[in-house]
Parts: sequence; C-alpha cells; structure tokens
Amino acid sequence: MSIVLVQVIVGGLLLGAVYALFSSGLTLVWGMMNVVNFAHGDFVMLGMYVAYVVYTLLGGGPLLGAPLATLVLATLGIVVYFGLIRDVMKGPMLAQILGTFGLALLLRYSVFWWFGANFLSLPGDLVGGTFDVFGIRIEASRLLAGIVALLVTFGLHLLLTRTTLGSRMLAVAEDSTAAQLMGIRPDSMQAIAWAIAAGATGLAGALIATFFYVVPTVGETLGIVAFVTVSLGGFGSVPGALIAGLLIGVIESLSGYLIGAVYKDMVVYALFLGFLWFRPQGLMGKT
Amino acid sequence: MRLSKLVGPLAAAAIAMGLASGAMAQQKTVKIGAVFPLSGNAASAGVHAKAAIEVALDIINNAHPEFGNFPLAKNAGLAGLGGAKVEVVFADNQGSPATGQNQALRLITEEKVVALTGAYQSGITLTASAIAEKYGIPFVNGESVASNLTERGFKWFFRTTPIATDFAQVYYDFFTEMKASGAKTDNIAVVHDTTEYGVSVANTLAATFKEKGHPIAQDVAYTTNATDVQSQVLQLKDKKPDVVIMISYTSDAILFAKTMQALDYKPPMLLADDSGYSDPSFIKAAGKISQGVFNRSSWSVGPAGSPTAIIAKLYKEKSGDEMDDTAARQMQAFFVLADAIDRAGSTEPAKIQAALKATDLKPEQLMIGYKGVKFDDKGQNILASGLIIQLQDGENYVAVFPKANAEKPPVMPYKGW
Repeated sequence: MSIVLVQVIVGGLLLGAVYALFSSGLTLVWGMMNVVNFAHGDFVMLGMYVAYVVYTLLGGGPLLGAPLATLVLATLGIVVYFGLIRDVMKGPMLAQILGTFGLALLLRYSVFWWFGANFLSLPGDLVGGTFDVFGIRIEASRLLAGIVALLVTFGLHLLLTRTTLGSRMLAVAEDSTAAQLMGIRPDSMQAIAWAIAAGATGLAGALIATFFYVVPTVGETLGIVAFVTVSLGGFGSVPGALIAGLLIGVIESLSGYLIGAVYKDMVVYALFLGFLWFRPQGLMGKT
Repeated sequence: MRLSKLVGPLAAAAIAMGLASGAMAQQKTVKIGAVFPLSGNAASAGVHAKAAIEVALDIINNAHPEFGNFPLAKNAGLAGLGGAKVEVVFADNQGSPATGQNQALRLITEEKVVALTGAYQSGITLTASAIAEKYGIPFVNGESVASNLTERGFKWFFRTTPIATDFAQVYYDFFTEMKASGAKTDNIAVVHDTTEYGVSVANTLAATFKEKGHPIAQDVAYTTNATDVQSQVLQLKDKKPDVVIMISYTSDAILFAKTMQALDYKPPMLLADDSGYSDPSFIKAAGKISQGVFNRSSWSVGPAGSPTAIIAKLYKEKSGDEMDDTAARQMQAFFVLADAIDRAGSTEPAKIQAALKATDLKPEQLMIGYKGVKFDDKGQNILASGLIIQLQDGENYVAVFPKANAEKPPVMPYKGW
C-alpha cells in the first residue's frame, strides 16, 4: 500500500473520530428521550465560540477552553431542558422538531448578531502543530480530538452500563412512569442527560475549533453528518456512533481520494441507505 | 353658518395639498433593491457588500466636496432628479438561488424598487436577475463572474465586473511572464467547487488555456462548504503541479489553507481566483498560513487624499474591515447604477435602462481600476480589467502584475506559513 493511501486512511480515521465526538451528545439525547435535537449543530457551534472567546480574551489554549465549553454547554443543556424540552416533549413529535429547530435559529443568529458573520480561526499550532510518523502527517489537534472522542465514548458507555445513575437514566428512558414508581425522578434524570449530552457537545466544539474555522453557520455544515452518524451507529448507542463515525470518515476519505471529492457524499449516502435497508436499527441499535 | 360651508372645501383642499406634498416627497427618494447573502455561509461577504453600499449611499446622499469631481459626490442627492435621495432596501438571499429569486420578486412587486443590484453568488445572480428581466427592471451586478450571466440575451442585465474570460487572459499573460523569469508554469491544476461560480470559471479557464495550446493538467472538484478536504490536498500532493489555481468561497478557502499546512503541502505557485481569498475574514483567519498567494483584484487604495483613499477610510469606519476587491466591485456597480438614474433624470425603468446603455465612464470617474465602464449589447462592461496581487509581508495584498501597475515584484515560490 502506498504511503499516500495510508495517509488517506489515517486522515479518514481522524476525521471519523471527530464525527463520532460531534455525534455523541446527539445520540445520547436521541436514545434517552427520543428527542431529535435539531439545535445539536448549533450547540457545537457555541462550544467553538466559547473556545474562541477563551483563547482571544483570556489567552487560554484548549486546556482551558475545552472544560469551560463543557461547563457552559452543560448549563445551557439544563436550561434548555427545563425551558423548552420538558414542555415540548408532552406535545406531538412535530412540536419537538420545530421547537429544537427554532432554538437552533435563535442560537445561530444570536451569535451572528453578537460576533458578526466573519469567519474566525484559532491558530493552527495551538495544540502542538503537526508531526510526522514514518512519513504520515498527523495533526496534533485532530489526534487530541480523536483521543477525547474515544475517552468520551468509553466514559459515557461506562456511565450508562456500570453506574446507578446510568441505570436510573436508562430506566427513565425505558418507562418513565414505572421509573417514577420506583422512586426515580424522571425530570432530574432527563435534565442530567441533557447536561451530559450538551456538555459533551460543547467539548466537541471546543476541540473542533482547534482545526476548523468558526462561523455562526458552522453547525449547519457539520450537523448533517452527525445525524447520519447517529442513525448508522444505532439510535442511542454511544459505541455505535463511534464505529459509525470512523467508518464514515474512512469511506469519505477513500472515495474522495480515489473517485473524487464530488462523489464522496454520494458514496457515503448510498452505502448508508443500503445498510439501513438490511439493518434499519443501525450498527448497534436495539430492534 | 358660512363657516360650516367652508369646512368641507377647506378640508378637501388640505387633504389634496397633503397628498400633493406626499407625492412630491415620494419623488424625492429613489428606491433601489439589493439582494445579498446576509445570512448563511456566505454572510461574511454579504455583510461587507451591505457596508460598501451604505458608504456609497452616504457619498451620494450627502454633500462630499472633498471628493473633487468624483461623480455624485459633490452635492447632496441626485442632481438629475432635483436632489432626490437614494434609498436601498436590502434583502437576504440566504445563500440560496430560490430565496434570491423570491426576494427579487418581493423587492420589485412589494417594495416597488426601480432597479436591483446583487446578488454575490453567480448562481443566485442567475435566478434573481431572471425575475428583474421578466418585470423589466434594470439589474446591475458588480461581482458575479460566471460567463453565462451575460450570455442569456437579457435586456435588463448589466455587469460591471471583469469576467472569467477576461482574467483567464490575465492569468495566462502572468504565467507567461513568470515562465520567462524562470518559474515553472507548465503543469497547472485547477481546484474548484461545484457551484455556478466554481464550475463556470473552471470551464472558462480550461477552454482558454486549451485554446492557447496549454491545457489544464488536473481538475479537482469538490462540493462547497466541505467538512474535510484532506483527500483533495493529497491528490494535489500526488500529482505535484507547478501551479494550483483555487476557485473557492471563504469557508472552503480557509479549510484548504489549514489542510495544506497540516499535510505540509505547498505548490510552487498558488493563484487564487478572488472571492474567498479576498474576504478580509480569510486574511484574518488564514492569511498567516497563506503567505505568497497570488490573487486577482481591481481595487487599490491609491494615494492619500484621493477619492479611493477616502472611500477606504469611510468603509473601514463602517465595517471595521479593510476594503477588499469584492466589496469595491459591488460599490462600483452601485455607483454606476446611481449615475445612470441621475442621468436618466427619472425613476422609470425604461429610461434607467436607456441611460445604462449609454454609460461611458472614464477611469478617473471610477473608484476601481477598470479602464472605464461601457456596456456591450449583452450588458457586459467591455472596459473591465484587473491585475494580479500577492499576499506579502503579513496581511496586505500588493499589486505585482502587470508591470506598469506593480507596486512590488512577485515573490516566488509560494511561502505558505
């Protein structure tokens, strides 16, 4: 295998890890509450802006930006849950879709109004630039994002499968009335789920900002991939989203290099639809 | 009781006078519609276009004796319409050809604008101007370069900017000169998106260069607003072209610059086709890692105290950013439209159209480096021209070609970061 092809695959894996990181928050909310958060991409965008503000105002790198973005977005997640989601969940599916879509536009254009339409960027060497491994170029910022994606996935998986809190959250997801009878407060559990999901999303945004441009509409650019990743991985399955993200990243990279960038989306979506034909629940989703 | 008899006629007279003065007041403003991407991914360009037009409005509507003989500046308002003020109704095309078309329709039918300008992206100018054509409203475009816009046989469409065929020639001449001075320019790759703009410019370049016996060696197409361009950069790295020509909007331009740095790829010569690379936010976000990139431009600040220098200052105050080539070309188109309305002495679309056809502006009457403004039968400015600029020493583009206009010699090879 030529060195370039290895580079293409490595690039695809790093890209896929970012897609996975980007999607973990979405899959959690989707799986736990059956709520499709259309504002997800804009949560990522907010995380990116937090990282940008931390860098320009406080001079802090991703070490400061990432936890702060996690915190800010986790808080926002709780606010959004109590202010919007709790009520629209009682309504029809359409109310959820329009509610979160409205939230997306509100967030996008608030940022637009405050920061303007300009493209912003963090310096490329904020996370140690790029290094060379046997002729393969690896961007430190993408590698960091990839490692964090693995950690977040692993952490969320442990939380849901090995802790009491996780069991309670899953219980609420399964049957909130029954959970309530067992002494679990669905409201608190769901608010926590939103905080975790939004926090993970903010973290993703802060890390993505170290190698991607920052602009109010960036959530739109990245958002669609997140939905595909989550459906391919299986609704609500965090490890599924990771595998799906990596898969999409590598397929995109390989088809972009071998066939041409214009066709890469076609290849990805054709494979995606073909896959759903055989396995509609996704890679690791429950039937 | 005679008083009560008088009330009726008096009231009628008062109303009539009110109506008359209302009508007169209405004649005092000329409404022009402007369709730009004020939201969406190209909003950065749209917001700068809006600032440019607002500066032009200030110059037209207020007395600016410091501009000397610059058209429309000296007195307040349009002299040809008794000092009428110009008002611009901005509409957001959201980066979508369908929305652009709807907004053009709304501006014409609801806002009753007498002329239109816009719409930045060639693909949206295409649809918006089709509506203007249908309703018989002049549409003056200053920045969309897709060649086919003026090949549709439209009677109401006028374009002031140089187009793909013009600068394909400039690029060719530039490469020929660089080759004479020892640079390699034989193997050319063109990287472009699949929008109206990207495809049209890429096709024109391919056709022009082929005609001159110098075909483009590599064509790398991608979908705009890409999430990742690693594979495209690797394709270039693989083929090692001497020259890479980039035809990209801002978002992709930034991503390409970042990816090229990450994958350590520097073509010996990188030439950008304006748009993204002229956006001030590109220079801020990726200028430091794109040192030595060539670009095309028709704008130059000029000596202190000159109209262009004053415009640059006003624009900076308005927008917070330096004037760039795209905003300048949009502003020039707006001046050309306002000048035509002024000469028409009327807000009747047909008279404005006739005045546009008769436009014959000289270089000293322009704020941009064209050889003049004069439209052919298709509505294309035949005196449009441009030069090659290069990003040198940080954040400034300097003119490097043709020699007669060059501020500094071109620096080779591409430095990057």
